[in-house]
Amino acid sequence: MKLITIDPITRLEGHGKIDIFLNDAGEVENTYFQIPELRGFEQFCVGRPVEELPRITTRICGVCPEAHHMASAKACDAVFHVDPPPTAKKLRQLLYNVFYAGDHTTHFYALGGPDFIVGPSAPAAERNILGVVRKVGLEVGGKVIEMRRRTQEVLKILGGKQTHQVTSLPGGVSKGITPEEAKQIEAHCLWFVEFGKFTIQAFHNIVLSNKEYVDLILSDAFSHKTYYMGLVDEKNRINFYDGKVRVVDPEGKEFAKYSPAEYLDNVAEHSEAWTYLKFPFLKKVGWKGLVDGKESGVYRATPLSRLNAADGMPTPLAQAEYDEMFKTLGGKPVHATLATHWARVIELLGATEMALDLVRDPEITGTHIRNIPDKVPTEGVGIVEAPRGTLTHHYTTDEKGIVTKVNLIVGTTNNYAPISMSINKAARGLIKRGTAVSEGTLNMIEMAFRAYDPCFGCATHALPGQRPFVLRIRSKDGEILEEIRRT
Amino acid sequence: MAKPKLALYWAASCGGCEIAVLDLHEKILDVASAFDIVFWPVALDFKYDDVRAMDDKSIDLCLFNGAIRNSENEEIAHLLRAKAKTLVAFGSCALEGGIPGLANMTTRDDIWKWVYKDSPSTVSTNGGTYPQTHSTMAEGAIDIPEMWNTVKALDQVIDVEYYIPGCPPQPDQIWSVIEFILSGKPLPPKGTVLGAGEKTCCDECPRERTERKLKKFYRPFEIETDPKTCLLDQGIVCMGPATRDGCGALCTKANVPCRGCYGPPPNVVDQGAKMVSALSSVIDAQDPGEIESILDQIADPLGTFYRFSLAHSILRRVEKL
Repeated sequence: MKLITIDPITRLEGHGKIDIFLNDAGEVENTYFQIPELRGFEQFCVGRPVEELPRITTRICGVCPEAHHMASAKACDAVFHVDPPPTAKKLRQLLYNVFYAGDHTTHFYALGGPDFIVGPSAPAAERNILGVVRKVGLEVGGKVIEMRRRTQEVLKILGGKQTHQVTSLPGGVSKGITPEEAKQIEAHCLWFVEFGKFTIQAFHNIVLSNKEYVDLILSDAFSHKTYYMGLVDEKNRINFYDGKVRVVDPEGKEFAKYSPAEYLDNVAEHSEAWTYLKFPFLKKVGWKGLVDGKESGVYRATPLSRLNAADGMPTPLAQAEYDEMFKTLGGKPVHATLATHWARVIELLGATEMALDLVRDPEITGTHIRNIPDKVPTEGVGIVEAPRGTLTHHYTTDEKGIVTKVNLIVGTTNNYAPISMSINKAARGLIKRGTAVSEGTLNMIEMAFRAYDPCFGCATHALPGQRPFVLRIRSKDGEILEEIRRT
Repeated sequence: MAKPKLALYWAASCGGCEIAVLDLHEKILDVASAFDIVFWPVALDFKYDDVRAMDDKSIDLCLFNGAIRNSENEEIAHLLRAKAKTLVAFGSCALEGGIPGLANMTTRDDIWKWVYKDSPSTVSTNGGTYPQTHSTMAEGAIDIPEMWNTVKALDQVIDVEYYIPGCPPQPDQIWSVIEFILSGKPLPPKGTVLGAGEKTCCDECPRERTERKLKKFYRPFEIETDPKTCLLDQGIVCMGPATRDGCGALCTKANVPCRGCYGPPPNVVDQGAKMVSALSSVIDAQDPGEIESILDQIADPLGTFYRFSLAHSILRRVEKL
């Protein structure tokens, strides 16, 4: 038996490590995707005043603090049994959609994009954002940086800080926007919509017009038949901020639709001793291990999952592209993991349209932005769609609103089982007996988890440089048998 | 001349410090052209072994963010200390433990018991499955780091030259530090706090302070506040008086109180103790019993006064008896 260890996996949300065991015939025996850390937020939030949690749980993730801020704020509303005024809800949703557009942008151009734009087996040194810029031109690189700058500017106006927002309180928000600020944000949103349209066109030109890429997307090594989860509005259309969680089965039929407060009837978590992260699964199906299919409770919560789980998009341009995707890929649901990239740019466009609609809503500059809670706080669940999956915050408090219990099921965590399965299947499909493990092969294995948006890769978007990678194949007693290095 | 070598690392953190560096926007290209970036796991795929292979003191500048929460964090802190000439604790977690340091009010065992056994979504058969640093699988052995019981700040495990506070540090402040370093001017004395002011958050807060005496405290969700008046004057506990300036008073401008992420002001060792003294001067009472009952209205003083600094405070952790 040989062990291949990749440590640390870079460009991942949180620290990560992959172990690939090869048997004596040189075939993949098994793979383990380990998460080596735990910070313990659920326990140290106990004892805190519940209204502080939207400002504490942002620190779970500095890449998507907006998602934790919103899930936490909604859980606080529920704890206090208070409904924010319409203006407050719209301000939160405006912030959230602008965040979505910015977040999906960085993933598409800097993380997932290079594999397609530059090519999956292009030289590693080219397969990064600089390679993207070289391929598509400096103007596009500048646009991506401008998109990020503009979204961060809007987030600072609405959230008080561009990272770790502070403005949501139980019952509403701490500050509204002036008509001048609304005008300023509207100008940004108009720019965002154009950027969204441009990105869809870029995806068509670069990925979909290339048969090799379409074949790769549809190949079996990158496919799993699982359940899909996503938040939907009353018409079963995608909503990132509010609604019910809908789950469809591997055939695309509605399996469950639940309100945030009912999440414990629907989702449970399995633990393994070899990793700090738990594996969520559908409780009514059960944990059958790291396997797909209708009998396994493994589900996915990604942009593609949300499109599979919904009946459509709430805005016209995104809806047109939604129809196009399912038509092209052979109808719903789509199981091809790499199609998540297409779903992501559709969501990007949808988020820009929703943001524009919201900032043009006359109520957005309203001055009634908070309802002061007057009921005894008890317990509440808040759910939003984080870009990386359905995000659940569940709080219980004493009668003074001091937290007694916190349970969190976090975006990327939903996908821990499917990411592990995708790595395993790609490794089995790509590492063959008697064939050397090439650098290109390693990148293809990485593509399996990159589709899920390991979020720290966002960071690469403006950084020139190589992406060297060292992989050592060791014997059981640690002796290096083979070393593969890409520099 | 060869470009100076720059390393960035994150230990127990959220990634917000990395985003703050990215929020330099097009100036990040200036950073990338001025420095040779030799290690940045979040962005580039250099591995630990690449760092181990470097000569000692061959990294000119290392910006280290995140608290020390497990054996891996600590090992890499020592490794980077050996390789770096100048090492900077970057952001609240590295400076003071930050929000992950609130875990020092609990224990590793209690965290595990909740996460792997008691939490309502967790399936715990046979008393729960707890993580093991070393696991023997059918195919062979695999390991994960050991989680410590106590969260530490960076300078509690290694020697640190400078400090850049904030959760996260504000991009304009990061840029001012980088510009200064690139200017080639002599570096300030060891231990200097960079990228922040020399006063308190109150000094940059636009709200008017009247030093009103208080008989009642409110929580932020309980009342509507006047946007022009000091929040503390209105009975909202605001960490401004016990916090270093440098962020631009972002939170109070957004109509919420400061929570102290820029750390204690100059010459203050313990941010919480400073806050207690600031509050004692605004209480409208002389009788010790009355003072105590007014202070009792403050929800969670420990978790508020030490929101970011518990691990680095004189308390360091709370022992459960």
